[in-house]
Amino acid sequence: MLAIIPGANCAGCDYSLLDLGEKAVEVLMAVDIAYWPTAADLKLEDLEKLPDGSVDIVLFEGAVNNDETEEMAKLARRKAKNLVAFGACACFGGIPGLANVASRDGVLQKAYVKTLSTLNPNGVLPSKLTRLGDEELTIPEFLDTVKSLNQVVNVDYYLPGCPPPLKLVADALAAALSGKLPPKGTVFGSMKSVCDECKRVREEKRIMEIKRYHQFIPDPDRCLLEQGIVCMGPATRGGCDAVCPTMNVPCRGCMGPTPESQDQGARMLSALSSVVGLEVEAGLGDEEVRKIIEQIKDPLGTFYRYSLPRSILRRVWGARE
Amino acid sequence: MGEVFEPNIVVFACNWCSYAGMDLAGTSRIQYPSNLKVIRVMCSGRINPVFILEAFASGADGVLVTGCHPGDCHYMSGNYKTRKRVMLLEKLLEQFGIEKGRLRLEWVSASEGERFASIAREFVEQIRKLGPNRILEELRKEVALV
Repeated sequence: MLAIIPGANCAGCDYSLLDLGEKAVEVLMAVDIAYWPTAADLKLEDLEKLPDGSVDIVLFEGAVNNDETEEMAKLARRKAKNLVAFGACACFGGIPGLANVASRDGVLQKAYVKTLSTLNPNGVLPSKLTRLGDEELTIPEFLDTVKSLNQVVNVDYYLPGCPPPLKLVADALAAALSGKLPPKGTVFGSMKSVCDECKRVREEKRIMEIKRYHQFIPDPDRCLLEQGIVCMGPATRGGCDAVCPTMNVPCRGCMGPTPESQDQGARMLSALSSVVGLEVEAGLGDEEVRKIIEQIKDPLGTFYRYSLPRSILRRVWGARE
Repeated sequence: MGEVFEPNIVVFACNWCSYAGMDLAGTSRIQYPSNLKVIRVMCSGRINPVFILEAFASGADGVLVTGCHPGDCHYMSGNYKTRKRVMLLEKLLEQFGIEKGRLRLEWVSASEGERFASIAREFVEQIRKLGPNRILEELRKEVALV
């Protein structure tokens, strides 16, 4: 039995399953679907009625960002024989994880009151409980801190990517169907970084200037980082065949950290700052070095784009917006 | 008012210059605060930004990174990397809400025992003013680890 349970998701991971094309049909014919809100009309109550541990594979997609998704994560763990954190959000927090730069109130204020094009003169914010006459309506309540799946329950397997690369999805499903799953705790993907799979030519890192992607047309054959574009390749797990650099856009890190890394953002910070201005570092004074480093405008957003909840500091602290 | 806040400070010191400088302070019996927890590394360039983040996440109120003066690195260029890494890390830490001043970089040579002691005293007072780092408390409260 297979269940696909959503957290704070975008359905992009559902698409990656459907994108398998004929293989998707093969898989769907071979399994019983216990729950898949995006594609099947099965009810949550039916899932809840199943015996615990009876669903062979549960794919949990999306981060945990409110009390409902937290409940779904716990439900997924109860019903699953093998629980897979499916996609970058479940594995590391993903894009929803960036909400950790603010508090719950900060995010709600921004979305419902402060954005320039929003007209909300009474400052109405969504609240958990609303009374309409005799009826009480409840909606989920946001957590202050977005979490990855393994920050709520024990996870058996990880399939990163935004969305997960088709090849990895196909491999993982094949392994599951044939009963040949790898040891628990395995992260599907390469043991090396994206650079290992990237076909671009790497010569010498002589980066004096950090350039934004729109500022020039990059040479399609040369390493993007060498051309001054921040590419997360060095700090990101491979397994995606470096599809983004192949398509002339820099890696953004959606496969998460490399195997030995404790913090994807810190590793990229270290790699980039070590290598920038390498040739001239000895002859420069502090202010000149600072000018080069200052070109990296948003280290937090750039280096932790997908992995903020799983970073060492997990969220922004102190006075929050 | 209660007890005075005693900062918990982690110091990274390179084996060749800065650790020797601290040793000199010690052998010369120069008094400096005992708030410092010193970690010796072979070169300041060995310091992975992860160590500094871990220090703050583990409750350090301040982190002092020390190394050889630029040009004097025992391994030639390690400290140049340190300088750039710490600069970018300062920017990152501010974004994370860890106030400017909690991470500091100082070049200390093997002969600068007195200077190290005065840096230590100054840094402890600076951190005392900034107050305790509440991250560890909050981490334990807010985020359930499985």
